[in-house]
Amino acid sequence: MNLITREALLSFRRTRTLSALSVTTIAFALFVTGLFGLVALNLRGALRQVAERVQVIAFIKRETPSQQITAAMSDIAVFPEVLSVQYVSETQALERAQRELTEFQDVYKDLEVNPLPPSIELSLKPEFRDARHAAAVADRLHGFEFVDEVKFGQDWVQRLDSLRDIAGLVGLAIGLAFALVSIVIIGVTIRITVLQREREIHIMRLVGATDWFVRGPFLVEGAIKGFLGGTVALLLCASVFAAFRAQRIGLGVGLRFFSPGEAFLLLLFGVLLGFGGSLVSVSRHLRHV
Amino acid sequence: MIRFSKVSKRYPTGTDAAVDEVSFHIGRGEFVFLTGHSGAGKTTILKLMFAEERPTSGEVRVSGFGIGGLRREEVPRLRRRLGIVFQDFRLLEARTAAENVAFALEVTGARADGIPARVARVLDQVGLAMKAEALPRELSGGEQQRVAIARALVNDPPVLLADEPTGNLDERATRGVFQLLCDINTAGTVVVMATHDLDLVRHANKRTLEMRDGRVVFDSASDATESW
Repeated sequence: MNLITREALLSFRRTRTLSALSVTTIAFALFVTGLFGLVALNLRGALRQVAERVQVIAFIKRETPSQQITAAMSDIAVFPEVLSVQYVSETQALERAQRELTEFQDVYKDLEVNPLPPSIELSLKPEFRDARHAAAVADRLHGFEFVDEVKFGQDWVQRLDSLRDIAGLVGLAIGLAFALVSIVIIGVTIRITVLQREREIHIMRLVGATDWFVRGPFLVEGAIKGFLGGTVALLLCASVFAAFRAQRIGLGVGLRFFSPGEAFLLLLFGVLLGFGGSLVSVSRHLRHV
Repeated sequence: MIRFSKVSKRYPTGTDAAVDEVSFHIGRGEFVFLTGHSGAGKTTILKLMFAEERPTSGEVRVSGFGIGGLRREEVPRLRRRLGIVFQDFRLLEARTAAENVAFALEVTGARADGIPARVARVLDQVGLAMKAEALPRELSGGEQQRVAIARALVNDPPVLLADEPTGNLDERATRGVFQLLCDINTAGTVVVMATHDLDLVRHANKRTLEMRDGRVVFDSASDATESW
C-alpha cells in the first residue's frame, strides 16, 4: 500500500475520537450547506415553472387573410427568442374563455357575436423569459400591420424578474456564507489534528522528510474525512427531504432532491474542503518547524 | 566535514548573541564533545548544524552544505546525511522500535523490500535485536535512546549529532550509550555530542570544545585546528 495512504489510515485509527469529531463537524457543516442548496434548488424550480407561463400574445385584426397570418407565423417562428407559435382562432378563444373563466360562463353563453379576436400566442425560450426580451418581441410584432394589440403581462413579468434577482442574490450571499463557515469550521478541526500530531511532524522533518511527504498523509486524511462528512451530510439531507415530502410541505410544485450529479458535487465539495483545509493548516504549521 | 567560520546567532527576542563569532573545524572520523553550562550555546551550535536555525552572520558548512543559504526544500537532503539524537529520544509513541527506525527510511523514499533487513541490522548494532517489536513505553530510558540512535544511523550518515543523549539516563545506561557512540565513531562516523557531564568528558579522552556565553573558550585540539 502506498506509504502516504497507509500513514493517513494509521492516523485515522490512532486518533479515532478526533477523527470522528472531524467527520461529524464536516458532516454538519455540509448538511447545512446541502439543506440550503435543496431550498435554493426547489425555489429555482418553482420560479422556472412560473416563468414558463410568460407568453406574448398578438391580437389580430378581424378579416385578416389566413395566408397572410400563416406567412407571418413562419417569420415569427424564427425569432431567436421564440420557442413556439400557436394560432388561436376567434372560436378557439371563445371556447377557451368559456372553459377557463367559469364565473363568466353565462355571459359568454348569451353572446350573439363573439367579441374575442383571433390571436397568435408565442412561448419564449427559457433564457428569454424576462420583461426586456418579451418587450422586444412585442415591439417586433407591432411591426406587422395585421396586429392590433400585443400583451405579455408586463407587470407580473417585471415582478418575476425582480423576484428572480432577489432570490439569486440572497441565494448567492447565504450560500457563500455557509460555505465560508464550513471552511472555517473544517479548517479549525483539521488544525487541531495537526497540532495533536505536532511532535510526529517535527520528527518527520528531523529524519529528512520533505514538506510534501509530511503534508501527504494529512491531505489524504482530510480528503477522506471530507468524503465521509459529505456522505453523512447527504444522508441527513435525504432524511430531512423525505420528512418534508411526507408532510406535503412544498411550494405548490413538486419538490425534488439532488440529482446524482448534484449529489456528487456536494461530495466533491466535501472532499475539496477536507483537502484544502488540511493543506492550509499543515502548510501554516510547517512554516514554523 | 563541519566548519564554522566566525558564526554568530542572535534570536529576535534575545539581547545577547546565543553564539558569538565562533570558528572551528571538525574533520573526518572525529569524536567531539561540546561542553558548557546550560545556555552556553551548545544546542544552538547543533541546531545550526542541522539547519534548524540559520546563522545571523558567518558561514556554517556541514557535509558540503552551506547552511546560511540553504533553501527550505534542500533541508531534507542535508538531514538525510545526518543522524540526530536528543536527550528526550523523540520516538513515535504509537510505533514499535522497529517501526520507529523503519520510519526514517520510509520518509526518505528507500526501497520497501530492503527496509526490514536494514532495520534488523541497525537494531542488532545497538543491541536491541530482541526488542524490535516493543513500544517505546515498554523500554527503559537507555533502550529508548538506543532506538533513537538506531534511527539516526539507519541511513548510514557520515555525521551523528547528539544533544545531551545521556542527560536522562542513569550511570549504567550512560556508559552503554556512550560506548555505542564510540563504536559508531570507530566505524568512521563523525560524532558531535553536546553534554554537560564533565565526568564523562574527562574520562573519554576525546576532543572537547568548551562553550561559555556563546563563545568557544577552549578547544582541546586547538593546535590541530590551527594547522588545518
